[in-house]
Amino acid sequence: MAALYALTVAEAKLFLREPMAAVFGVLFPTAILLGLGAVPALREPSEEFGGVRFVELWAPSALVLGLGIVGLQHIPLVVATYRERGILRRMSTTPVHPGVVLAAQLIVALAAAVVAAVLLVVSAWLVLDVPLPRHPFGFAVAFLLGFGAVLAIGMLIAAVAPTSRVASGLATVVYLVTMFVGGVFLPRFLLPDALMRLGDYVPPGAQSLLAGWSGDAVAGTSGSPPLLRLGIMALFVVVAGGAAAKLFRWE
Amino acid sequence: MGIVVEVKNLHKRYGDRIAVDDVSFAVEEGEIFGVLGPNGAGKTTTVECVSGLRTPDRGQLTVLGLDPRRDRREVRERVGVQPQEHRLPDRQTVAEAMRLYRSFYREPADGRRLLDMLGLAGKHDTQYRQLSGGQQQRLSVALALVGSPTVAVLDELTTGLDPQARRDTWDVIDEVRDSGVTIILVTHFMDEAERLCDRLALIDAGRVVALDTPAGLVASAASEQRVRFRPSTHLDERLLTDLPEVTSVRHHGQQVLVTGTGNLLQAVTSVLAQQHVVAQDLRVEQASLDDAFVTLTRRRRS
Repeated sequence: MAALYALTVAEAKLFLREPMAAVFGVLFPTAILLGLGAVPALREPSEEFGGVRFVELWAPSALVLGLGIVGLQHIPLVVATYRERGILRRMSTTPVHPGVVLAAQLIVALAAAVVAAVLLVVSAWLVLDVPLPRHPFGFAVAFLLGFGAVLAIGMLIAAVAPTSRVASGLATVVYLVTMFVGGVFLPRFLLPDALMRLGDYVPPGAQSLLAGWSGDAVAGTSGSPPLLRLGIMALFVVVAGGAAAKLFRWE
Repeated sequence: MGIVVEVKNLHKRYGDRIAVDDVSFAVEEGEIFGVLGPNGAGKTTTVECVSGLRTPDRGQLTVLGLDPRRDRREVRERVGVQPQEHRLPDRQTVAEAMRLYRSFYREPADGRRLLDMLGLAGKHDTQYRQLSGGQQQRLSVALALVGSPTVAVLDELTTGLDPQARRDTWDVIDEVRDSGVTIILVTHFMDEAERLCDRLALIDAGRVVALDTPAGLVASAASEQRVRFRPSTHLDERLLTDLPEVTSVRHHGQQVLVTGTGNLLQAVTSVLAQQHVVAQDLRVEQASLDDAFVTLTRRRRS
């Protein structure tokens, strides 16, 4: 336990010194949402958005952006780099198993994601009048399962990529796909219906986040049942996470 | 002196490739034991088995009376390892790395003293990426010693360091040994082995081809001597080849290279004196560990 604590502290410091992860993963989603909120038309309810305000509809996509950066950009790169640099190997010469360094990474990533989410939800509430999650429990479950699924995929990429460059490349492709169907580039209601439905099931699951945050009235009656959406996320966690654990190479 | 590490008939293969064929040696308490050999000879695999990082396919290993496979944790507590080619996170500071690795061990050493000893006293708050290659290497050695190990395994200690940094690192290793740590040093540098090691195992193609002190290794492999000079006038070669001490005479431009055994220099110079030939640029070349290395590893291949 002493080692896990020391590693978590060390990894947290490294995370904060890594500008990309800390700034883009944690602060950027809030900054973008507030930036869009500065445009008056996006703050008003509009028929185009189904009588809802754009900022409210798009807020979960800002969270998708942050979760993607932490889980699909930062984590695969760091873990692959740790292997490439022999840091995992060096750990395995000590009494502490190198798996503990991965556990510390995941703890730090989760903490960063929680901070990013809290920052986003609270700023949206204070500045843009977006209500706090109407279904806090549902939102928390959607958040945890969604981020868990993203992390599992990130770890799977780190597990199979032969070099950190390949890990980075693979992760970027997956990242762009999740961002696209998660409505980061184009709001989801502008996507073709099929893509929008696909986005319900692609981690981290923007639709579940929206339903938990703003309720079904805003989220609209999606064609996909909520439990199925969450179940798919859980399946990602188990399958991708299990595969990552099985395929992971320590050197 | 007790035996701290004993390796008997170690055999390890990766798929079809035999990395270590048959290696046996014993390391005595308090010595610097060199594992020497060309690239790909099986040096690293051998010491990885010793430190419990790999499981051998055959053979017996005893480290401090323990079995590295069965008593993994205990072996890792008491054997410090500096692995070949590894780096720390770029933005981790020296003091942070030290604090972190101290937390891994039951009885960690005094981190500050360790950093002082390794010449990193003023670098506590410096990030890893800002250290020079020599400083990074010394930090790596410090981390191998942080668990107060009884045995330290150092793999490729000075690869990539400049000559001054290499000498500094050697001095540190001497100090570490003087503090009572037994050291297993993996290297392919002859000067390093000659300077540091009490005894050497020369490994080639997965087998121990020689096991001796550096001086003993030189003597056993290279009984041959060489005398090189430039004769002032023409010299009848047969006068030299007739000498019982001489095995060959070769010309390189104006230079003559005489190889032989016994008191070669005495024999050659007395012939030259009789013939009133002056030997200019006279040089006697003594066999070095380099020569011994080449001779011993080539012998197996031919």
